[in-house]
Amino acid sequence: MFSNPLIYFVVIPVIMLLGIYLCRNMAQIRAVAVTGSLALLALSVWLLVDYLGLRAAGADAPMLYRGDWTWFSALNIQLSVGVDGISIAMLLLSSIILLTGSFASWKINPLPKEFFLWLILLSIGVFGFFISIDLFTMFMFYEVALIPMYLLIGIWGTGRKEYSAMKLTLMLMGGSAFLMLSIIGIYYNGVPEGVERTFNLLQIAQYDAIPHDWQCFLFPMAFVGFGVLGAMFPFHTWSPDGHACAPTAVSMLHAGVLMKLGGYGCFRVAIYLMPYAANELAWIFLILTGISVVYGAFSACVQTDLKYINAYSSVSHCGLVLFAILMLNTTAMTGAIMQMLSHGLMTALFFALIGMIYGRTHTRDIREMGGLMKIMPFLAVCYMIAGFASLGLPGLSGFVAEMTIFVGSFENTNTLNRVFTIIACCSIVITAVYILRVVGKLLLGPVYDKHHEELTDATWWERTSTVTLILCVAAIGCFPNFFANLIRTTFSPEIFKVLGM
Amino acid sequence: MDYSQFLVMKQEIGLLVVFLLVFLYDTFMSKRANAAISGFTVLLVGLLTVYGFCCGCPGATESAFAGMYVTSPVIACIKNILNVGVLIVLIQSISWNNSETQAIRRGEFLELILVTLFGMYLMISARHFLLFIIGLECASLPLAALVAFEKNKYESHEAAIKYMLTAVFSSAIFMMGLSYVYMLTGSLYFGEIASVVATESVSVLLIVALAFVVAGVGFKLSLVPFHLWTADVYQGAPTSVTSYLSVISKGSAAFAFLVILTQVFGAVYCQVWEWMLYALIILTITVGNLFALRQTNMKRFLAFSSISQAGYIMLGIIGNNDMGMASLMYYILVYIFSNLAAFGVIQAIENATGKLDMTDYRGLYKSNPHLSFVMMLAMFSLAGIPPFAGFFSKFFIFTGALSGTTSVALYVLVLIALINTIVSLFYYLLVVKAMFLSKEEPVVPAFKSACSERVAMWVTVAGIVFLGIVSCFYNDILLLCQQYGLAGALV
Repeated sequence: MFSNPLIYFVVIPVIMLLGIYLCRNMAQIRAVAVTGSLALLALSVWLLVDYLGLRAAGADAPMLYRGDWTWFSALNIQLSVGVDGISIAMLLLSSIILLTGSFASWKINPLPKEFFLWLILLSIGVFGFFISIDLFTMFMFYEVALIPMYLLIGIWGTGRKEYSAMKLTLMLMGGSAFLMLSIIGIYYNGVPEGVERTFNLLQIAQYDAIPHDWQCFLFPMAFVGFGVLGAMFPFHTWSPDGHACAPTAVSMLHAGVLMKLGGYGCFRVAIYLMPYAANELAWIFLILTGISVVYGAFSACVQTDLKYINAYSSVSHCGLVLFAILMLNTTAMTGAIMQMLSHGLMTALFFALIGMIYGRTHTRDIREMGGLMKIMPFLAVCYMIAGFASLGLPGLSGFVAEMTIFVGSFENTNTLNRVFTIIACCSIVITAVYILRVVGKLLLGPVYDKHHEELTDATWWERTSTVTLILCVAAIGCFPNFFANLIRTTFSPEIFKVLGM
Repeated sequence: MDYSQFLVMKQEIGLLVVFLLVFLYDTFMSKRANAAISGFTVLLVGLLTVYGFCCGCPGATESAFAGMYVTSPVIACIKNILNVGVLIVLIQSISWNNSETQAIRRGEFLELILVTLFGMYLMISARHFLLFIIGLECASLPLAALVAFEKNKYESHEAAIKYMLTAVFSSAIFMMGLSYVYMLTGSLYFGEIASVVATESVSVLLIVALAFVVAGVGFKLSLVPFHLWTADVYQGAPTSVTSYLSVISKGSAAFAFLVILTQVFGAVYCQVWEWMLYALIILTITVGNLFALRQTNMKRFLAFSSISQAGYIMLGIIGNNDMGMASLMYYILVYIFSNLAAFGVIQAIENATGKLDMTDYRGLYKSNPHLSFVMMLAMFSLAGIPPFAGFFSKFFIFTGALSGTTSVALYVLVLIALINTIVSLFYYLLVVKAMFLSKEEPVVPAFKSACSERVAMWVTVAGIVFLGIVSCFYNDILLLCQQYGLAGALV
């Protein structure tokens, strides 16, 4: 079992949990958190290199590094792991954000030990989810990732934290209720007569045996279940409140990684296993996600709290991910995965910066701040870069992702898809409106509050955190082909057959 | 009569020996030695549990007294599960039982508990309704005495009267149903009734009889609409008795219910009782949850939570298959550990400070981090959050309910149950919120709980953590059920 490299994505955080449990002071906690997340980052980078090497050498299985270990033999539940290009991209994203998140919560107070314990428990869920290909274990890790949020927001959050924490937990768990039903349904209908039932994604996809009626019953449940986490309209209301009240590192992880669980799950479970229903019912969800994209952007325009602006912009961008997945073609899907990476990095950057600004000015209301460029130039420039990435400036990640998505979406020739693609395109303009408004008021205008003039610029750990993220955003923007190829290895011919493309 | 038949009742004999030893100890030992009677009983029940696992387990289905009594590995397994639960309840009760007020009736508490356990054994093993009723009464009436145990408390008496009247009333309804069954089939043996029922067409009178039987057992399980006694009794009874009522009594009744429904009325009438149960489950889960939302007394809160949990347990019956049965047993096992962990904390706090209100739990994490941690695990497990055992038991009970069916109605039922888990998560999180999120100064001061209470907490926490992740528990129960379960002639 331990010869499989993927297992270490769960083992390392478990060791970190033990390590932090034994820590006695802040320095030790930081040391464990940073060492552990560096190890995870190193592991995912190694995995990326090794994976590309294997693919170049001609490995053509849909998933590599496969491992199966029986867990509940009576139900044929297995701990199955395996990764393809998409999962590797997601693992890389998660470990980067966990690392930067640890730096961002350098001075967390109170109860630092508990904070990191819950944060790392959350990351176990995230990593476990991305390496699993057994529906049961996948679902289990998914729920493991959800519940620490309650305490993380409830204890360390700001504002109406108890309300937001409860709302977020209940809505996400509500999604997972639908999800559980659809997983059990897939289990009972996913294999042909006489074959042993299985939770294994790849096998179910290979049998392709879910009857048409069942697909139409189970697909909406699975899609809504994951869609709630992907902030799909009208199930997005947890997202602004949750993000606004969460502490910095949690906002980063949540918007950066956890929301991607939704998109990933929609792709990996709902569409991959039930392609016929996806083809028939995509229009319903296309309308909903189309609304998310535009509605999120418009809502961001009228907010004055920095975190709310960013949270609504996340609704809009994550809506775009689901929107692109529903287009059911390679280009759009590649774009969707790129958008997940891009949004994950830039939104984490945003939340990190907002946390740093808030830590200094003690307000997040843009009406009460101004001219920060003069006061804290480093943070201000970083904020500007993040903003440009978000509105899709070429050379940064947002442009590549959105471009790919819209080109892919336009490949679909029917009217509804065309209309909604055009509507979704408008969101780019609206994004520019709310980003430039913030940049203009917050960074460039005159200094609003004289007390702010004494504030200091970023410290070394804050610089580490932000520079890492900016480098990653720029890397995707400058070398999009590398990532596109990595993702494209996933859409191998077999998967097209399943998707019926 | 062949007296060697008694040897089939290995576990009952073991329990009887334990009971007699405790009784003799209580009667003949000096007053000083009597202080150790709780520890002595825990030791004996511990031995009984070990005995049940090692040699109390029959190799195959065995019966005695012309089929009135049956035991099989599955039946031995559920009895062992109950033993484990009783053991934990007894460990938790040590410090309460050793307190001043209890001094003169220490032994009685233990003896009454053992007698009710004996009754539950009979309920589970009975394959003749006479023996079943003896078991049922034996399990109910001493409990009324136990509920009234705190004789200086008004609530305790009120609860006891309520419990007594309900128990008698439900027995009467149950026997009313039985008299119809006897009239129509001419027998009280489970097997004979089943064979007569299977050959004849559906009769309206038997449906009425079935409804009476369901209602009678429904009282015992506190299914809605037969639940009205639950909250008051749980609140009034001493906490040890409440925890006993909520897990052991409920667990044994659930299993007996499964046997009656699937074995006696399994053939033709499953169409009928499945719909009855369908309605009962929806009502039980929903009403239990909705009422739990507004409770502030911890014991009342857990009373309503246990009502809704009973609804989930019933999901194991409605599928009418081996997997459902295995999931039901596993659910009971996990429920015992989770609920007892919660009651362990409640009891420790009650013993130390006498506080029982949810508002008293505010800021508990600041003063008693370990207790609040145990409570949090218990709440998460009851709510079905992974990686704790409650998640697995919920998942399996849903899987069991849907096993071998394509009926959309059952999928809808499971969906309703799943949505209800969200409601339940809300009120379980309220406790977590009070303990961890509240900024107020803690009401309960820091205190050190008794050694026995800590042992019980460790055991329950170990159960919550490992019962799910370690797969062999569920695997083994399922294998047993597939071998000796519904098809393997429980009758």
